Amino acid sequence: MNILNILDEIEKVDGEVYERLNPRRKAMGEFFGFGKKVAIASLPFALGSMFKKAYSQTSTTDVEGVLQFALTLEYLEAEFYTRAVAAAGLIPAGAATGAITTIRDHENQHVAFLKTTISSLGKTPVSKPTFDFSAGNGSMVGPFADVFLNYDTFLAVAQTFEDTGVRAYKGQAPALLGTGGVLTAALNIHSVEARHASHIRQMRKARGANVKPWITGKESGIGAAVQASYDGEELDTQANIKITNINGQNISVSAATEAFDEPLTKAQILAIVDPFIV
Amino acid sequence: MTNLTQGDEQGLLKDQNNFLSTKVHRRSFLQYAGAGAAGIALVAAGCKKDKMTEGVYLGAGDVGILNYAYALEQLEAAFYLQVATSFYSGATDAEKSLLSDIRDHEVAHREFFKNALGVNAITNLEVDFSSIDFSSRASVLATAKAFEDLGVSAYNGAGALIKDAGYLALAGKIVSVEARHAALIRDLISNGTFANSEVIDSNGLDKSRMPMEVLSIAGTYIKTKINAGDLPTS
Repeated sequence: MNILNILDEIEKVDGEVYERLNPRRKAMGEFFGFGKKVAIASLPFALGSMFKKAYSQTSTTDVEGVLQFALTLEYLEAEFYTRAVAAAGLIPAGAATGAITTIRDHENQHVAFLKTTISSLGKTPVSKPTFDFSAGNGSMVGPFADVFLNYDTFLAVAQTFEDTGVRAYKGQAPALLGTGGVLTAALNIHSVEARHASHIRQMRKARGANVKPWITGKESGIGAAVQASYDGEELDTQANIKITNINGQNISVSAATEAFDEPLTKAQILAIVDPFIV
Repeated sequence: MTNLTQGDEQGLLKDQNNFLSTKVHRRSFLQYAGAGAAGIALVAAGCKKDKMTEGVYLGAGDVGILNYAYALEQLEAAFYLQVATSFYSGATDAEKSLLSDIRDHEVAHREFFKNALGVNAITNLEVDFSSIDFSSRASVLATAKAFEDLGVSAYNGAGALIKDAGYLALAGKIVSVEARHAALIRDLISNGTFANSEVIDSNGLDKSRMPMEVLSIAGTYIKTKINAGDLPTS
């Protein structure tokens, strides 16, 4: 079979086929509505799998699902910092309030950005859930009941949210493979969350917590209540390559785990944030 | 057209998807160029130019992107190795400890890419740090900040150029660590600048840069000439 002839035939009904098949060039807007023109199921298997990669893998539904999931997490963070900054006497004036205000603004910007992006795909952004920042599932007396009264509790929850957010975006990146600008935007949010995490960890370090800007092993420096957000970070093998003492270099197990952050799946993240959502 | 044929064979050997997209990519380029003798000549000339250019050849496709990352990690590792060999005057114990950690992370990244690339790995690059005063805190931290922010933007920009989901996931595991470094270094220079408007835009998004821009910036510190002519660009 001559694949280029087949592509020529498809091009007659879908002028953008070459752009679609090259995942780096396509604009998201070109996806929607193509399914009506060609019965993909009728194509030979090899070609069908190619189209699956070009179309289905990054279907509107998948992309929307990732963005709605991200929006829910950003709602959580945005409201968390908004309420913290508004809580009288919680955050010391000066550098600390400045830093938390910066982070709050970024999270609110992420919410707005994701809502706009979802709307531009012709979808309706999910609405903001009701949150229980004590992690009490609505009881408001969970393990972090004093989160807006106790600065150290607040910082501990903030660190957990940021580190978890990094893992959430990281876990979704492969699902956005081939979406071009959508993937890039998600990565550009992902690294901002990591910058936040680094700073919050330094704030906790200054308060006496035993943490560094990066994650050592699966240690949270917080306690069992947040352990699920750190489990798996102790990995020191990447793509079957052992990082500890790699190639005779003096790389400790700790450094090996710090050098790579680990993803979490959507299901894992949803289980982690469940106690915070009423 | 010899190079084109060779390219296809390599792509086919690697995996079918790569073969197909390589083929399609070329065809769509021919369409843009106005298919015909003129277009083909243009492609052939382009290949010849790429292959003949002197310097360390990064390669094409995902291998090219991995070598690009490997080059940047070589640069960062070399920098922090020198920083930690003789710390700038006035370095606190906390700073020494954090900078040593970063050195280890960058060395781990460098060696990881070297092993992951195997026979496709580029050689060791020669760096040029003549513009850095390693005895000066300001000079060292300013350079570290530039390298870390550059690294973050490089990985962010390279993500959409990667075809393999596994490689994309690995890049994601590294970029957030670079972002943690960047935030720390920025705070060491001036507390609270971990994510200021110099790097984060009004949508709350970090920067992303394409390889050519990154290599142009990094070129100041790399003596070895790098041939990135076959890296994906979109």
